[in-house]
Amino acid sequence: MRSPMTFKDHHREGRIFAVRLIWSVVIVVVLSLTLVARMIWLQGIQHDRYTTLSNKNRVQTQAIAPPRGLIYDRHGVLLADNQPDFSLALIPEQIPDLDATLAELASIVSLESGDIDRFRRRLQSPRRPWEPVPLRARLTETEIARIAVTQHAMPGVRIDADPIRHYPYGVLLSHVLGYVNRISAEDIEQMDADEQANYSGTHYAGRIGVERHYERLLHGQAGYRKVETNARGRILRVLEEIPPQPGQDLRLQLDIRVQQAAWDALGERRGAVVAIDPRDGGVLAFVSRPGFDPNLFVTGISHLDYAGYRDDHDQPLFNRALQGQYPPGSTVKPIIGLAGLQAGVTDWQRTIWDPGFYRIEGEQRVFRDWRRQGHGWVDMHKAVMQSCDTYFYDMGFRLGIDRMADFLARFSIGLRTGIDLPSEARGIMPSREWKRGTRGQAWFHGDTINTSIGQGYMLTTPLQLALSTAILARQGIPVVPRVAQLAPPAPTTEPAVMNTPSHWQRMTQAMVDVIHGSAGTARLLSRGVQYQIAGKSGTAQVFSLANDEEYNAEEIAERLRDHALFVAFAPAENPAIAVAVLVENGGGGGSAAGPVARATLDAWLLNDAGELAVPPVGLPETVPATLGGPVPTEAALFNPETPDAP
Amino acid sequence: MRRDFLRQMSIQPVGSAHSLAWRLHLDAPLLAALITLCLGGLLVLYSAGDSNMEMVMRQSLRFGLGFGILFVMAQIPPRSYRFWAPAFYGVGLILLVLVLVMGTHAMGAQRWLTIPGIGRFQPSEIMKLAVPAMVAWYFSERALPARLRDVLIVLAITLIPAALIARQPDLGTALLVAAAGLLILFVAGLSWRLIAVALAALSIAAPLMYFFVLHGYQRRRVDTFLNPEADPLGAGWNIIQSKTAIGSGGITGKGWLNGTQSRLDFLPESSTDFILAVLGEEIGLIGILLLLATYLFIVGRGLLISWQAQDNFSRLLAASLALTFFIYVFVNIGMVSGLLPVVGVPLPLVSFGGTSAVTLLSGFGILMSIHTHRKLLGH
Repeated sequence: MRSPMTFKDHHREGRIFAVRLIWSVVIVVVLSLTLVARMIWLQGIQHDRYTTLSNKNRVQTQAIAPPRGLIYDRHGVLLADNQPDFSLALIPEQIPDLDATLAELASIVSLESGDIDRFRRRLQSPRRPWEPVPLRARLTETEIARIAVTQHAMPGVRIDADPIRHYPYGVLLSHVLGYVNRISAEDIEQMDADEQANYSGTHYAGRIGVERHYERLLHGQAGYRKVETNARGRILRVLEEIPPQPGQDLRLQLDIRVQQAAWDALGERRGAVVAIDPRDGGVLAFVSRPGFDPNLFVTGISHLDYAGYRDDHDQPLFNRALQGQYPPGSTVKPIIGLAGLQAGVTDWQRTIWDPGFYRIEGEQRVFRDWRRQGHGWVDMHKAVMQSCDTYFYDMGFRLGIDRMADFLARFSIGLRTGIDLPSEARGIMPSREWKRGTRGQAWFHGDTINTSIGQGYMLTTPLQLALSTAILARQGIPVVPRVAQLAPPAPTTEPAVMNTPSHWQRMTQAMVDVIHGSAGTARLLSRGVQYQIAGKSGTAQVFSLANDEEYNAEEIAERLRDHALFVAFAPAENPAIAVAVLVENGGGGGSAAGPVARATLDAWLLNDAGELAVPPVGLPETVPATLGGPVPTEAALFNPETPDAP
Repeated sequence: MRRDFLRQMSIQPVGSAHSLAWRLHLDAPLLAALITLCLGGLLVLYSAGDSNMEMVMRQSLRFGLGFGILFVMAQIPPRSYRFWAPAFYGVGLILLVLVLVMGTHAMGAQRWLTIPGIGRFQPSEIMKLAVPAMVAWYFSERALPARLRDVLIVLAITLIPAALIARQPDLGTALLVAAAGLLILFVAGLSWRLIAVALAALSIAAPLMYFFVLHGYQRRRVDTFLNPEADPLGAGWNIIQSKTAIGSGGITGKGWLNGTQSRLDFLPESSTDFILAVLGEEIGLIGILLLLATYLFIVGRGLLISWQAQDNFSRLLAASLALTFFIYVFVNIGMVSGLLPVVGVPLPLVSFGGTSAVTLLSGFGILMSIHTHRKLLGH
């Protein structure tokens, strides 16, 4: 078959083939050099970058959340602790089909739509890869068992044991302790870089109340752990660890027995009680009813529970003691009286005739006394004891709003008290400037006259009333109220100075006679009392009545009834407690609010046997063993890496 | 007497060891390089498989089988290969069709034929040898350089099985089979003009292929290649992690068994397609250069055998086998280092996996046969 022709071609073919083979070698060399260049690029030039990437892969820095400081009352009774809680969390990176997993979980544990919404929100917010995203907290034992059985078939599903905040007294302390709840992405955004680092392992932060105000103290300092992990996020070994500094325990001035007594005395009525130790400004009781269950808020309140609170006409989420603003009514009369005495517009001897109303000479308008028939001849003592309006109309008019406002400011009326709770309302101490500024109107005589019996534009919070009563008990020396047993800051208000110091004693005596005098407005409170109470009742009108209108508390809706107020301090000669009580729509101050004040005073001043035993100021001498001791065992159990509190 | 002549013919110095190898129809330098490569590969595999001795044993058994087949193939003279090439190719083609009709599914593809009692195998592996043998056979009867008609016939011989394999789908093997045939066209003197036209056509066809031919997962691989950072936890994960492994190895590497990327499971497919990243991470640039040098020695030796071969069938087949081996190396290293899109091409004789190692070693058996069955011809 082979022809000479093909044989001749054999040489040509050999040449073609040789050339192509050489070309092949050239191409192989060029391509190999490309690979070598690529390797030199990756391993030589970019080596540092990839080393960093490799270490980032392998080494993760995990923040260790510090255990939150516990909160005790003044006797060492635990008010807020950390309890183990089992929660369900998902690692999305490990889950092939998130919707299917969610559906499957919903069939074995109860998942509300709110749980899933929250989960999806958390999924959207920035997070580290492989970080578990919480789905539901507070798993029951049955649910834990159900998940445990199916867990092997559901990768990325975890049960985490995490200490969470628990409030054993629940609703009782809701408006003073506040609560913690989950940190949101917005919270983190508002923090500076240092704070963000400190909170990177923390899931909860104080939202309101003491938990919010003392957040930094209670939180502590985060620790860090450098761990080597594999691609599935499993920790293989710990390379380095800096333990967290646990949050500081906080002891409050609050006395849980006084708190409980005040709470119980209010009963089912809406209202507030604030009790302050005038000797150091310590807040002994801080009650606002109704309250809420703070434990519901910790792991995220359900829509249903929240709607229940939100839509309740009694507004259980509203902190009446701190943010409720009410006309103080007659409870400010002693202070206004002192203002008049200091200004010299009246003295203890001066008497006026009270026909049951007051009229500025030459004007038509009539200002009624609460007693239609009037009090007859009235001096300062009787005016306080019987709460005569006409006397104060007359005195207040002659004192004038400027001097009145200046004096009342020294009692924190219309000013923030500086208490260690967030979002305190300011109240209103009306003045010419205030009225011009807010209403754009001139100040009228009538305004002064209304203000002199604690009505008109004047508004105070129950906290302000308690503090003003404490300052009254301290004879004008200002103090900043403290919930926690920590040194208070210096007061920013000026002391109220009397040129004649005996005015303090005489005013105290007038207030004592409100309770102990035979004609006092609150004489019923003196029954069985073992110490002298100086007090003053008050009634705050919910709306103004026309001059000639007949007022009948029975006939109008309960909601339109007057607010009952009462302020008191005791023992009168050596005060150890000042209290302010508000009962919304309670009617008469003496009868509705007085007994609440009495119960609060008793709880503080009497011992268990019912004998007078005035507690010493400040810290009790015996410190319970629980305070400052190691973290309770449950918390330690679920945080084994955390060393005990120093 | 014949031996004496062969001594004169041989270009390398001839010692007693060579003459023994020669008698056994083995090429000592090529064999030494292959054994070095396999032993080195086993060391890397031991680390890549998390110090799993069982994996190394299984791979060793395959190598043993492969070298056994190599020895047998080396004994068969090239003219037998040439004689049987069309039949071999025909059977391979039939098996490929059978795979598509009744093959075994695994991992989203249909690549295996199950023979009752024996086990399953991939007919596409046969084509890695059958296609170049068939193309070489075709040219052995024809004058070079290839004319257009030859080109079209060779394209058919090559692309029909390649297309069948791509349908399975197994893009990596299809690519290697196509390369094996097309490389012969190149070596056989396909005019540069035609090559330029083909490249131009390919660059037009590529985008069309992308939109109309490629499977979803293949398309994703291309997307990932073009922008691996687009989906770092999904499709781009492999390539990011393998670049990180190689890059973090640096010049000298993190040390054998100390690669964090592979041993902490960040590197997927670390014992199969991505095993080069393990080498790069643990032994560094030095390890990769040594590996590349070994590969180039093998390729060079193969091209030398082709150069010395005496007939068109032998030289074309030898060149194709040597150059296809280089394609393996280039595509795998290229994809692991992020130069090329991820196609399933293993690192030859290093990646864990049976069939490809056995096929490769068979090919080297044919190379050795070509080298040691040369006729006595004057220079």
